[in-house]
Amino acid sequence: MSDSQEFRKDFPLLGQKMNGKPLVYLDNGATTQKPESVIQSMCGYYGGCNANPHRGAYALSVEATDIYENARVRVQRFIHAPAAREVIFTKNATEALNLAAYSYGMTNIGSGDEIVITIAEHHSNLVPWQQVAKAKGAVLKYIYLEADGNLSTDDIAAKITPKTKLVAVTQVSNVLGLVNPVREIAARAHAVGAVLVVDGSQSVAHMAVDVQELDADFFAFSGHKMLSPMGIGVLWGRAALLDAMPPFLTGGDMIEYVTEQHTDFAELPAKFEAGTQNVGGAAGLTAAIDYLEKIGFDRIGAIEKDLLDYALPQLRQLPFITLYGCDTTQNNKTGIITFNVKDVHPHDVATILDAEGVAVRAGHHCAQPLMQYLGVNATCRASFYFYNTREDVDRWIAALKKVREVMHLGA
Amino acid sequence: MGLEAIYTELIAEQSRNPENKHHLTAPTVVLKGRNPSCGDEISLELRVENDRIADAAFTGVGCAISQASTSMMIDLIKGKTVAEAKRLMALFFGMIKREITDDAVLEELDEAAALKNVANLPARVKCAVLSWHTLEDALQTEKEK
Ligand SMILES: Cc1ncc(COP(=O)(O)O)c(C=O)c1O
Ligand SMILES: [Zn+2]
Repeated sequence: MSDSQEFRKDFPLLGQKMNGKPLVYLDNGATTQKPESVIQSMCGYYGGCNANPHRGAYALSVEATDIYENARVRVQRFIHAPAAREVIFTKNATEALNLAAYSYGMTNIGSGDEIVITIAEHHSNLVPWQQVAKAKGAVLKYIYLEADGNLSTDDIAAKITPKTKLVAVTQVSNVLGLVNPVREIAARAHAVGAVLVVDGSQSVAHMAVDVQELDADFFAFSGHKMLSPMGIGVLWGRAALLDAMPPFLTGGDMIEYVTEQHTDFAELPAKFEAGTQNVGGAAGLTAAIDYLEKIGFDRIGAIEKDLLDYALPQLRQLPFITLYGCDTTQNNKTGIITFNVKDVHPHDVATILDAEGVAVRAGHHCAQPLMQYLGVNATCRASFYFYNTREDVDRWIAALKKVREVMHLGA
Repeated sequence: MGLEAIYTELIAEQSRNPENKHHLTAPTVVLKGRNPSCGDEISLELRVENDRIADAAFTGVGCAISQASTSMMIDLIKGKTVAEAKRLMALFFGMIKREITDDAVLEELDEAAALKNVANLPARVKCAVLSWHTLEDALQTEKEK
């Protein structure tokens, strides 16, 4: 039995109604709700210690700097990074992945080199590599899937070759909800001398992450998918790589010394943090890490697994439901369920669920090449978090049963 | 919220079996319309002769609202002059934005007036207007030829 009830009171938004019905929020893959402690940390920052960090020699500015740098140390520990200066704040995972692509990729990848990604990547970990490949005359290759949605082991071995300079892979697919074998991919990538970029957007909020154990070279994620405010994200990278990379954005705060014709750049992490940073967001991220660590990922994982085990057999009973990525036998399924209702377009499904107070995502989930590969135009996606309950699942499934009726298709 | 009103049998029917969903033999303009956020896709084909839309059809995939709206639009504009089509377009946009609410005025939109309640579903407005925006662009393309 899930024990999520006790957390719900911490999330003011979960008490709301949507279209007159109590809200069932099942779009956590897109963004999570925020606990009171995170909201208070933001208010506390803006109400009590707002100042531009690094710039002023006065107490408030020093306090803002402390909050910001403390967040960096908390992130370092949260993902088990070797050093805080390897943690670069960005505005989201997309910016973090662009930093890796434009600064590392554009510098280290050349004509005829190969970049390997998977067909299950979010556009944020796909389009930047496509851009690098186009600009540099490199070849972009894809690792495809087995019938159960897992990455093909054979294809991992076949596509990553001595020509490969960089491999980019998501730890968990935002559509299929499957945990990828990142460590094995890292081993293969490193064996051929390639660098591994890991998109942690769908993993950090749901499982303990250790970037050293994963043997990643870069790791990107967004705060807003892990209880934090929007507008703060992270790129972690190995110091040796980051030190050798050119800056991504230039301007204030990232310099050592500027003359008319030349600039010496600052050391890490400032080199990659041009301009005034999101200190309020960093305060929120710290509070989010506090909240998550208090619950613990064992418990978070257990709640999500309970919801999954409760929902899947019921969905399989419904003859008009098609499931994607739900047949894995590798015990690597997270709380993301992608589905379609027979003869009804996903937008129409989402609208009908919306009327019942149930929030799910419909569309291509920023993974159009995956949709093309699966041969679907769009899908619906329900994604759980630890504050969801079995009652939420019941309400979702009851609403699904209504969909075909509203569309005059019979039961 | 008028959900039942929107998903009337008519819309479900239109989207399952739209009589306007096919290719034209000699289109003068073919234009694709897409909702990038959600994946609705249509390809609108027009045969414009002497400033009149002599024939129109479409192909595509998408939600019931986008597909039905396209089919209803084609019913409306077929045989009309370009100027008349543009007037109907303004009427449709006015209806969806709730700037025009008078049913007597909207009667001209015929079946397409059934989409009036989509204005209550802000997330779906783009589905209803996709075909009309595509028409707007197609007529522009035609004009610039
Ligand atoms: C796997 C994955 N990568 C990247 C992103 C991009 O995140 P953001 O939009 O916060 O940059 C998302 C979220 O939409 C995602 O699910
Ligand atoms: Zn649509």
